Amino acid sequence: MPKNYERREFLADLVKFPCATLLLGVSGPIKALASAGDEYQASEHHYAMGVQIEKCIGCGKCVEACKIENDVPMEPYYFRTWIERYIIYADGEVSVDSPNGGIDGFPPIESEKAILRTFFVPKLCNHCENPPCVQVCPVGATFKTQDGVILVDDDYCIGCRYCIQACPYGARFLDPRTHTAGKCTFCYHRITDGLLPACVEICPTQARIFGELDKLSTPLNRMMRQSNIQVLKAHMNTEPKVFYSDLDGEVR
Amino acid sequence: MKSGKIPNQVLQVGLVFLIVGATMILVRQRFIPESFGELGHYRADAVEVNASHEIQFAGWQACAECHDDVVATKNSSFHRTLSCETCHGPAAEHAREEAEEDPPLPTGKELCLTCHRYLVSRPTGFPQIIEDRHEPAKACHSCHDPHDPVPSERPESCAGCHATISRVIAVSHHAPLDCEVCHEAEPEHFLRPRAHLPRKPFERDFCGNCHAAGIETPANFRGVDLTALDIPKIEQDTHGGTLLCWQCHYQHSPEAR
Repeated sequence: MPKNYERREFLADLVKFPCATLLLGVSGPIKALASAGDEYQASEHHYAMGVQIEKCIGCGKCVEACKIENDVPMEPYYFRTWIERYIIYADGEVSVDSPNGGIDGFPPIESEKAILRTFFVPKLCNHCENPPCVQVCPVGATFKTQDGVILVDDDYCIGCRYCIQACPYGARFLDPRTHTAGKCTFCYHRITDGLLPACVEICPTQARIFGELDKLSTPLNRMMRQSNIQVLKAHMNTEPKVFYSDLDGEVR
Repeated sequence: MKSGKIPNQVLQVGLVFLIVGATMILVRQRFIPESFGELGHYRADAVEVNASHEIQFAGWQACAECHDDVVATKNSSFHRTLSCETCHGPAAEHAREEAEEDPPLPTGKELCLTCHRYLVSRPTGFPQIIEDRHEPAKACHSCHDPHDPVPSERPESCAGCHATISRVIAVSHHAPLDCEVCHEAEPEHFLRPRAHLPRKPFERDFCGNCHAAGIETPANFRGVDLTALDIPKIEQDTHGGTLLCWQCHYQHSPEAR
C-alpha cells in the first residue's frame, strides 16, 4: 500500500475500476444466458411435501416404490419412507404398528377392544429448515441444498451414525452395504429432472402432494391454504417441511 | 550480538512455525475435496451425484406417449388418481424401449385387495370389500375394468362402501333402521358418490318422529314397523336446550340407556 495516493495512480485507477465493474456486471447475465434453457437452477426452487391423512389408505405402494426407485435394501428396517397405523382405543390406549414399514399392507386389527379412531400416517424425512442431522455431521457429509433438500454425500460419509441419533423423526438408517447414512432425498434425481418423487407419483389416492413452497398457485399451497396443517414435533424447532393435514393429536 | 541481526532462537521457532504451517496447508489441500465449500459446508459435487441416479418410475405422462387411449380412459375414471406404474410397476426401462420384457399385467386379486381389502383404518367412503363374501371365486377384472372401474351393478347395500358404519350400526339400538330411513340417496350417488351426496337429517324434529314424548311410535315409519321397540322418549322442548341431537348422540351407535 503506497504511503501517498499519487495523482498518477489515482487517475489510472479511475479508468480501471469502471472497466472492471462493467465486466463483472456483464459476466453474470452472459453466464445466465449461456446456461439458459433446460439447465436446472437449484436456487429457484424451495421444495416441501404435503400429506393428507384423510386420503391415505395404507396400501404401502409408496414404500415399495421408494425402495425400488432409490435402491434401498428390501429387508425390513431400512426405509426412506414408511407408513404407521395408529389405533386409538376407547379406553385411551394408543397403539402404533408398521409391519415391514407397511410395504405389504396391514393385517386386520386383532384386538377385541372398542376402537375410537384409527388411521394411517405416512412418514419420511421432514427435510427440516433447521436440520439437526446436518448440524451434528462431523465431516459435512450431510447438507441442505439450495432448494431446501437434505442430502447425504455417500462418498464423504464416514458412517459415524451421529445423524441417525440426532434425527427426531427416525428418518435415517445406516445402509448395510455401504455403511453410509441413508435417507429420503425427495427423489432428488427425479425432481431435478421435472418428475415427481416416486412415492408421490405412485400414491393411488394422491395423499401425498409434492411441490414448491414459495410459489403461490401450486397444488401444495392450495392444500395448505384449505386444510388444518400440522407438522411433527413442532416443539423441537426443526421447522419441518412435511406438512400434514388433519393430523391427530396422538401422532408423534 | 550485533544489532539488527535476528536472534537464533527466534529463527528456530520461526522455522518450526513455517514447517507446521506448510504441512497444514498441504494436508488441507490433500484431504479437502475440490468442490468443498463452494455452496456451503459440503462438497458441491455431491449434489450432482445425488441428482444422477437412474430413474426407475417413468411417470404416467411417459406412458401416455404410446398408450394414450388407455391413459385417457383411466384419467376420466375413478382410477384417475392412480399412476400407471402403481399397478404395472416401474417402467422407465420399458419407456426407453430397453426392457426385455413388458411391464407385468396383474391378473390375480391380491393387487386389487392391497387397496380394496376391508381395513377399519381406511378412510370412510373408500370402496372396500371382504374377500370371502365378495365373489370369492372370481377375479376382480372379470367384472370390473381396472382402467375404468365402476361397480358392475348398483351396490346391494350401503355397506359396500360404508363398511365401518354398517358394522357399528349392526350392533347398535338403531340396527333395525335401514340407511334410507335417515339418508335419501339419489341413484347417481351409487355411481358418482362424491358428486351426489346423500341427504342427512338437519333438524331435531326428525329424531322427534320417534323419540319425542307424546308421539306414538310409528307402525309404519317409511316402511319400517317400530312398534315392537321400546324407544326412549324425551321432552323435545327441554331436552338438550338448543343443541341438535347429533351434537351429543352418535346416531349410528346411540349411547342412551
